[in-house]
Amino acid sequence: MDKTTTASDAVATLGDGMTIGIGGWGPRRKPMALIREILRSELRDLTVVSYGGADVGMLCASGKVRKLVFAFVSLDFIPLEPYFRKARQGGEIDILEIDEGMMLLGLRAAAMGSPFIPTEVGLGTDVVACNESIKLIESPYDEGKEWVAMPALKLDVALVHVDRADRRGVCQIKGPDHYMDDLFVRAAGRTIVSCDELVETDYFHENPEESRCVFWERSATSSVVHIPFGAHPSSCNPLYGIDVGHFKAYAASAKEEGGWQEYIDEFVSGGEARYLDKVGGESHIKSLPLPVY
Amino acid sequence: MLVDLLITACAGAWENDGEVLASGIGVVPRLAASLAMHKNPDLMMTDSEAYMVSEPVPIGPRNGYEPKRETWMGFSRIFDNVWSGKRHALVGPTQIDRFGQANISAIGDYDQPKIQMLGVRGFPGNSISHANSFFVPNHSTRVFVDGEVDMVASIGYNPQRLPKGHSLDDIDIRLIVTNLCVMDFGGPDHQIRLVSLHPDVTNEQVIENTGFEIFVPDDVKKTAVPTDEELAMIERFDPNMLRAPAER
Repeated sequence: MDKTTTASDAVATLGDGMTIGIGGWGPRRKPMALIREILRSELRDLTVVSYGGADVGMLCASGKVRKLVFAFVSLDFIPLEPYFRKARQGGEIDILEIDEGMMLLGLRAAAMGSPFIPTEVGLGTDVVACNESIKLIESPYDEGKEWVAMPALKLDVALVHVDRADRRGVCQIKGPDHYMDDLFVRAAGRTIVSCDELVETDYFHENPEESRCVFWERSATSSVVHIPFGAHPSSCNPLYGIDVGHFKAYAASAKEEGGWQEYIDEFVSGGEARYLDKVGGESHIKSLPLPVY
Repeated sequence: MLVDLLITACAGAWENDGEVLASGIGVVPRLAASLAMHKNPDLMMTDSEAYMVSEPVPIGPRNGYEPKRETWMGFSRIFDNVWSGKRHALVGPTQIDRFGQANISAIGDYDQPKIQMLGVRGFPGNSISHANSFFVPNHSTRVFVDGEVDMVASIGYNPQRLPKGHSLDDIDIRLIVTNLCVMDFGGPDHQIRLVSLHPDVTNEQVIENTGFEIFVPDDVKKTAVPTDEELAMIERFDPNMLRAPAER
């Protein structure tokens, strides 16, 4: 069994109007090389579900997003994501703004094949009042209280980045947190994984700890794309940290007239090999310190 | 420094808490949680990344310090903790109204905001699940707004928005610590009440800078000045003076 493919072939399987879930969290372990491949494509009208960082900002800046499902979009040390702000303040995108935990429940509901999960989260707030698609229900067991029926967030495709994978789709996340990546994978009809390292299956046999850092079974992985440093400029702890300098330059570009086009021209259009070269190469990325929170 | 007084005042939010996760979001709230955990070791804290720790982790460069990790606590598990209620968060909203409803999402028209901020993050879930307190570094009518906040990200003591089958007592907002004073929700019908004034601050200053009426009792106290031990602990948890920018 061999699920390996290229980023361009993987992205070519996506279609206009699809709902795409993106793993990672803010500026941490985002499948950025796959995002850049989408930026190079003609894809449009996407519904994006994400604990958002520059993945969301870039897709918004490129006009790829019709609707965004989010709880936040932030680069952590740059709290407000500049291109997401522009898109929102320009009224350019539809949104479903929900609590971080509601997103978890929506993904879990989709993974379970359940239409919704009841929760208290969202009661009394504008995430319910401003979102007609989120309904309130009463418990069939206990009269009186109302509950938020968090609808399943079914994804056509999930995009996640992992430290390493084998050709059959066994994926390992060695960093301190796998975030909700397992839920994104399970909520999706298909999953495209990018990996920093492509390994032989033997790798996982070396000690039990290696397979303890595998968070879904390989049947949930559809495609494996080997892209060293594929999370850059986000981190892939413990392999490399966040490229703060690159994010600052990216954020600064949003303040310039034509800044996004310049960013695209400099970093995205020329393909991934040129990207790595432009951002300082392998040695630069390997030297990025792990974030301290 | 005023910031040290703010940290000790914020730490008071957890004073009577038992074994709950003390989450301080931002430099001052995190230092406050650290100080609170030092005084009350029953409290729990994380390394602000993915582990619970046995003692607060100093902020900024670690300089060889290794966090004393005791329990894995990735984001997925944080929500299990949130929903259990065993957490008390100190957060810094951009807007707060007289009900204690708070906003970090967007300013202006929701469909096309004047200023898009972070998004609601975990505010809805936090506010219905566990205790919360607020830190406001710049007490003004821009933060403490008349009417309702532009986007209600967290539930407050607003009878109009009370979910069916719930009572206002299900909501648990504890303290508001600002650069002028400490307030709580101990006025009539959960009205915001002035508890203590920081040095050289008057009742009038607080009233002027608040966009709604607050309850001012006769016995407004003076906010306690940090002790030498508290100052030493703050220094230990912030050896790089990251708290200084809060001084405005």
